[in-house]
Amino acid sequence: MAVTIYLPIAELSVNIFIILGMGAAVGFLSGMFGVGGGFLITPLLIFYNIPPIVAVATGANQVVASSVSGAMSHFRRGSLDLKLGCVLLAGGLAGASLGMWIFVALRKLGQIDLFISILYVVLLGSIGTLMLWESIGALRRAARKQPIAVRRPGHHNWVHRLPFKMRFKKSKIYLSAVPILTLGFLVGVLTPMGIGGGFILVPAMIYLLRIPTNVVVGTSLFQIIFVSAFTTIAQAKANYSVDIVLAFMLMIAGVIGAQYGVRVGQKLRGEQLRALLGLLVMAVGLRLAIELVMTPGDAYSIVVGSSGR
Amino acid sequence: MRLPRFLVLTICTVLAGAALGIGPARAQIPFLTPDSTGKETLEIGTSTNEIAITSDFRGADLTVFGALNNVDQLLLAIGQYDVVVTLEGPREAATVRRKERFLGIWVNRQSLTFDRVPTSYSVASTRPVDAIAPPEVLNELGIGVDHLPLTPTGHFIGDINMGEFRSAYRRLQEGSGLYQDGDTGIRFVSTNLFRASLRLPANIPDGVHVVHAYLFKSGGFLAQKDLRLRVVKTGVEQAITDAARNQPLSYGAFAVLVALITGWTASLVFRKD
Repeated sequence: MAVTIYLPIAELSVNIFIILGMGAAVGFLSGMFGVGGGFLITPLLIFYNIPPIVAVATGANQVVASSVSGAMSHFRRGSLDLKLGCVLLAGGLAGASLGMWIFVALRKLGQIDLFISILYVVLLGSIGTLMLWESIGALRRAARKQPIAVRRPGHHNWVHRLPFKMRFKKSKIYLSAVPILTLGFLVGVLTPMGIGGGFILVPAMIYLLRIPTNVVVGTSLFQIIFVSAFTTIAQAKANYSVDIVLAFMLMIAGVIGAQYGVRVGQKLRGEQLRALLGLLVMAVGLRLAIELVMTPGDAYSIVVGSSGR
Repeated sequence: MRLPRFLVLTICTVLAGAALGIGPARAQIPFLTPDSTGKETLEIGTSTNEIAITSDFRGADLTVFGALNNVDQLLLAIGQYDVVVTLEGPREAATVRRKERFLGIWVNRQSLTFDRVPTSYSVASTRPVDAIAPPEVLNELGIGVDHLPLTPTGHFIGDINMGEFRSAYRRLQEGSGLYQDGDTGIRFVSTNLFRASLRLPANIPDGVHVVHAYLFKSGGFLAQKDLRLRVVKTGVEQAITDAARNQPLSYGAFAVLVALITGWTASLVFRKD
């Protein structure tokens, strides 16, 4: 029985069950929390010796599958705002183009691995902490049976004073296109680094843009499908680094794992889910931070090829 | 007693075929060239001229058969002749980078690029190579992981400790299994015939590899024979690599399409009605 499979682009043999296990685990978590899972699969693949540039590109490809699966079910339930998604997407595609440019430039300098690590540590660390802080507060309020502070629909912040307002019927909001495009752009820049951006988009849409929670996950998944698809193609073109064999194994295991994740997720309360996701995000960030600070086992590394593949 | 050359080579081929269960049709036999000078020479042949990387590839063993001609039987009997067989992967530039602590974190600071070094390298020999010939001879021929020439190329800034970068390169390549410094691996199956076993690692790069066979007498280099060996990806693996390299846009689009279909199918299969 063939336990190992040769990955033609990563150019190494891997254990099928480890890859399927990783895909299923990440799928389970992404289904549970309603995120694409790029920020989990990329570090996992790198820990398993997949070259980082193959890991980020292949991760983007896998995220397409998991977000399609999630976005479809939100679309059927009517919890996806297509118009809002398209505005986010316009910003996202522009951001992903800039992100690709940064990625290629840093790869040539030999600093892409470091950049990805620092980016993950900063983003995962800060967002994980924020999520955990917010959800622990909510859990404590719930435990003391205090009424949860309801956000009044009329409550405005600076975001709502910006020009170019648009009406989004499904979300029942009237909001400037500027912050939506900006948010899409910023998250899009991160996509080529292996971060789909769901875990940033969702809280930003809820807390900054005050978009109703019910459409947030579906709409963010919609934007992630297309930005990740764009990134997959751009990575394939610029770095030849999408491993379709690896991606396909991750996808299959991922979509199955996600179904079980969704079921578990439905049994948990919102603030419990956010606390768990916050912990998970922080743990991944911490793991990468330790790696950056700790004295490496070997200070030297080799890159074959004149361009520094 | 000297065996006629054609007989030696016939035995060599038959042995190669028998040992690997492969008919002589696929075997690579060196051409017979008349040699009347009486100088010692060697001939080599491999059981196959192509190694296929299949989807369940976990490395492979390569057996190289060889014959010595015009050797002094007395010196051979007392072990004065030595043979070294190496397998070199396609040559490419390799950059070694060194991390340093910078503002508390480890950052790639210095780097050094070596020109045209083999992407993989393995050795089989009758004795440890350092016991066969003096270091200068090994360095000149580039035999053994420690004696492979590593020539820096391009511009490098600041004072770089070349020796440290060289030894780091060798250490890392040996650690990954791409470079193997075998102390043995060659056996004489009869007086003039030898068999060298080389291990190809699972992460062996594809492309044209070269088998080098060197003959030494009492520490002095006598003769060399080279043979090409192709390491190829097969079927699906090759098709995927070709598509990714030659039609990256369509390949990327196809990868996305696969993802869309997989995601869509999953949402239909697991749909709760």
